[in-house]
Amino acid sequence: MEKMTAPPPNMAASPLPPPDPCFVLRGAQSAVHALHFFGGAQGQVHPLLLSGSLSGLVHIWSLQTRRAVATLDGHGGQCVTWLQTLPQGRQLLSQGRDLKLCLWDLAEGRNTVVDSVPLESMGFCRSSILAGGQERWMLAMPGRGNDEVQILEMPSKTSVCTLKPEADAKPGMPMCLELWQADSSPRPLLLAGYEDGSVALWDVSERKVCSRVACHTEPVMGFDFDSQKARGVSGSAEKALAVWSLDEQQALQMCRTHELTNPGIADVKIRPDRKILATAGWDHRVRVFHWRTMKPLAVLSFHSATIHCVAFATDGLLAAGSGDQRISIWSLYPISTDSSTPLLGHTEGGEVGAHASA
Amino acid sequence: MGSSCPEVSQPRPRTACRTGPRRPCRISGGIAAAGRPGARGETPGPSGGSVAVSPESPMDSRMDPAVSAVRLTVREAVHTLSSSEDGDRILSTLGSLKRYLGGAENPALPGEQEEFARMHFSALLRCLVGRLSPAWLELLPGGQLEAPWASFFLEGPADQAFLVLMESIEGMAGPSFRLMKMVQLLAQFLGAGRVAAVMESQCWQLAEPAFPLLQETLLAKLVGLPDHLGNRLQRENLAAFLPQNYFPLLGEELLRVLQAVVDSLRDGWDCSISFLSQVLGKACVHGRQKEILGVLVPQLMALTQGNCLWQRVCWRLVECVPDRAMEALLTGLVEAASGPEVLSRLLGNLVMKSKKARFVMTRKILFLQYRYSTPMLQSLLGYLAMDSQRRPLLVQALKELLETWGSSSAIRHAPLPQQRYVSKAVLICLANLREAELRDSRDELLASLMAGVKSRLDSSLPAVRRLGMIVAEVASARIHPEGPPLRFQYEDDELSRELLALVAAQPVADSPSEASPAVAPVAAEAPDRGSTEGGGVPAQAEGAGSDLDSDDDLVPYDMSGDQELKSSKAPAYLRDCVEALTSSEDWERWEAALQAVEGLIVRSPAATREVSVELAKVLLHLEEKTSVVGFEVLRQRALVAVVVTDPAPVAEYLTSQFYAINFSLRQRMDILDVLTLAAQELSRPGRLPKAAQVGSPSPASPSSSTEAPAWRVVVEERIRNKTRRFSQGSARRGPDAGPNEFSLVAGWFFFPLIQHFDRPLVTFDLLGEDQLVLGRLAHTLGAMMYLAVNTTVAVPMGKALLEFVWTLRFHGDAYVRQGLLSAVSAVLLSVPTARLLTDLPDELLEAGPWLADVAEQDSDEDCRVLAVKALLLLEKLKDTLLPLTPP
Repeated sequence: MEKMTAPPPNMAASPLPPPDPCFVLRGAQSAVHALHFFGGAQGQVHPLLLSGSLSGLVHIWSLQTRRAVATLDGHGGQCVTWLQTLPQGRQLLSQGRDLKLCLWDLAEGRNTVVDSVPLESMGFCRSSILAGGQERWMLAMPGRGNDEVQILEMPSKTSVCTLKPEADAKPGMPMCLELWQADSSPRPLLLAGYEDGSVALWDVSERKVCSRVACHTEPVMGFDFDSQKARGVSGSAEKALAVWSLDEQQALQMCRTHELTNPGIADVKIRPDRKILATAGWDHRVRVFHWRTMKPLAVLSFHSATIHCVAFATDGLLAAGSGDQRISIWSLYPISTDSSTPLLGHTEGGEVGAHASA
Repeated sequence: MGSSCPEVSQPRPRTACRTGPRRPCRISGGIAAAGRPGARGETPGPSGGSVAVSPESPMDSRMDPAVSAVRLTVREAVHTLSSSEDGDRILSTLGSLKRYLGGAENPALPGEQEEFARMHFSALLRCLVGRLSPAWLELLPGGQLEAPWASFFLEGPADQAFLVLMESIEGMAGPSFRLMKMVQLLAQFLGAGRVAAVMESQCWQLAEPAFPLLQETLLAKLVGLPDHLGNRLQRENLAAFLPQNYFPLLGEELLRVLQAVVDSLRDGWDCSISFLSQVLGKACVHGRQKEILGVLVPQLMALTQGNCLWQRVCWRLVECVPDRAMEALLTGLVEAASGPEVLSRLLGNLVMKSKKARFVMTRKILFLQYRYSTPMLQSLLGYLAMDSQRRPLLVQALKELLETWGSSSAIRHAPLPQQRYVSKAVLICLANLREAELRDSRDELLASLMAGVKSRLDSSLPAVRRLGMIVAEVASARIHPEGPPLRFQYEDDELSRELLALVAAQPVADSPSEASPAVAPVAAEAPDRGSTEGGGVPAQAEGAGSDLDSDDDLVPYDMSGDQELKSSKAPAYLRDCVEALTSSEDWERWEAALQAVEGLIVRSPAATREVSVELAKVLLHLEEKTSVVGFEVLRQRALVAVVVTDPAPVAEYLTSQFYAINFSLRQRMDILDVLTLAAQELSRPGRLPKAAQVGSPSPASPSSSTEAPAWRVVVEERIRNKTRRFSQGSARRGPDAGPNEFSLVAGWFFFPLIQHFDRPLVTFDLLGEDQLVLGRLAHTLGAMMYLAVNTTVAVPMGKALLEFVWTLRFHGDAYVRQGLLSAVSAVLLSVPTARLLTDLPDELLEAGPWLADVAEQDSDEDCRVLAVKALLLLEKLKDTLLPLTPP
């Protein structure tokens, strides 16, 4: 884990050589399928990085010591596909392929499962939450039916509704979900990417599809949505990224596609300051784009296997987890400190304590 | 040359040039000018003009009374001096004699002075020396006697005084008061600048055939002074007589005399500087070029600048140097001169006039010696190029240089530094010659160049090949500019840059002017860009809040590495891999297979063993069908991995293929490399434990792995507390010991290779022209021998190898000899000492003299070094033997 600093880009005429990772976390001992940064925004100096692996373990890494400080084993050896912390109460939500969503209590050094939600879909679809800091929060997860999305109210686990597309739509399984709420209205909305390559916007309270746009010809593998600009980007098994937008009438529109060198995008994330986005490629490379113009900025090649997930920290660090069992951490295009733009809500800045230092 | 002289107001040199050649050692100042004041000190020249010393016989008859008067006075004085103990009387006698030296208030007649100087002065001085003693000096109090006594030496005719001084110093036995006095007097003599007077006195004796003996003696004493005094005085020697002080002084005095010569020439007086030349030459022959020329050259450089008279004097000075001293002087001059212009000014057309000089400049320095620096070569060849008369010499030199450069015998036998030296000289010649001149002798030059390139590229020493490539590229471009340019692939290194710089330095008039405008805009642009950048940053900081202008700071990185991934086509099993490599027409798949094969071999040793020989065959015959990056390396590593995984059968196959008929040299050398690398890998200590770890990756839980060291730490801590240690040595353990895996299979590697080397095939003749492979074979065998250390098979291997070395020991190729020598060292290192002595004593006995011979006489430096190393090992062996023999 030697320290390698990427040279800062400058105005030189010839392009800089592609940067190296800041450091590399080894020791997950199986392919890394989920990454999530945790803390680091308010108060806490060094954020933690959570990683979920194929062997069902969740590792908690300290970015200061660059060591795993704790390992959570709650999915019976099945792949962990999604990790998310809740804004309040130092709680972690992990989704595994053992058909369970586990809610962990990480406060004060504890690491116990306090609750779990049974899943009814064997797919790879990652869930999504909508938590505004109140006691109650909303969870969207793939439902019992092949093409259904189930909405639960947590922590009571009451089923709110099941979103089932109309009979003639046949979009296939949901592949990725994102719950969000527009600033203007309190109605929760759900964006869902489907197996047929389309992205649909659901109005959760009315249980109907507001709009749907076909972005890809292959299943949507991952997308991310910038609610401030009402623009999203999605990647699929094919050789292109799709950028789409949402207008005032809640209608999705294709903006453009961006050709890639190699097919297959496993994950897409926009940095919280909305400057750049990163994609996890099946071609072992992380690609970085300028979010506004979609100009390619960097191709980060370090890994020797498919990259399954990428994540951004609030301070701009980029993590990529790969099938080669390594997690690479990169520092690119530092976030300007005087940025007045509000941050996207990927990471919740809860003051999660030094729970794992014991 | 006189016509090119900028000094027009001096009409005389023209006449002088015309009269010059008639009298080789004399510079004529033109027609005698009367009325020259007697400013030449003690040497009388009353009649002046071209006759410096008057003919003797008429003088004698005319001046008879004066002569006898002088004789009488001197005889009386000498008598008084030698017998009297009366101080006052002695003083007055000295005073009366002083009249004859001139300069006193009542000088004697010029005729008398001359007679005194010629006939009586030496005798008087000897008498004075003879009287010298502490008691004699004390005859008058306060050292009143000493000053007049010394003044005879310091003011009288300098040559005689010098000779008497030297003679008396040499003649005196042992340290004594008199010796010390004389030495001090000599130091005073030197300090007063009298050496210049000694030399000057020899410049005016034009008409006399002079006294050759006297001149010879003077010369010997002048130049040999530091030696004589060093011998006489031993430890009491004075600083002024040390060569490093004396020769610069001599240089300065020479310069003063030259100045006097130039002055007198300007006034129209003739003089000869042959004595000065002789002094200079002799000093150089004595090896004091640096000291004397270090003083002379910078001054002459300044004085000859735009001054024809000085130039002429200087040329004459060098011309008159005797042939035997010419080489010493010229090398010193070339070394001291700061460039071809200076050299040309100092030497003139010397090479055209003096055969010896031409020999030294165009042959000796270029071909017979190679110790001179590149700037020296540049100024020498530049000197040849500076005058149209000399340029043919340069062309001739280039022809001969190229011939030497390309001669295969020279390539084989000349040491590498000399080859480098000749190459540099060739390039400098090329840089100095014009295209027209090159065109005239193009065929000849090209012929020797091409022959040279061929024999150089044939060489097995990389450095020789490199020189061939660099010189050939440059030379062909210069000699045959309109032809297709010759291009070789060689890596840029210090030598190539240095050599290319020699050619680039040629004075091409238009290139700098072309280059400068190109440079200027760039220089002008850079600050511009800087300022816009500087201006842009604040603007950005202001508007950082808005999205519109905030994206300029995101500069893309280089994305050229973003290529299509081919790993999807890589085969996952070894058999697929073999199939893809042999029969695939899908080049992406082929490349992917090539890239994957090493990993597959390492990962599945069992599967590899099933197909090992087949795989080796495929890899050996693999051709580079697409331009894969690092094809050679990939193939080699795969082959090494195969050999390591399944050593015996694959090594057997490869060694048999080494002597098979249908292979290229490249493939044969690949076989050798692969075998060496595999042997190295097999014999590497610590290979086994690591391999075991790779085989079964133990997913040890972190808790258990931290536990084991914990108790050990505790135990070790306790032991350390209870143990007293007296030594300070480190308690670290060495690397884990393990068996040498190569031991089992070394025979498979070694013996098939060494067996057949003397059986030529149609396509492969190791003892013939395939000496490069032979050299590689020798190196490989040596390496295997070394890697077989601590194995039982080492002894028969060593025996076989020494036999192999013995048959080839006089091989003509340096690379082969290097291999053999390193093989000998490997034998000495690997075979246990006891076995060496019992099993191989005769071979070692034979090797000793051969090694000594190589260490002393081989033309290749590496060979000599290797031989010395082997000899040292042999000596060590003898040392271990010695304690055994006495009891």
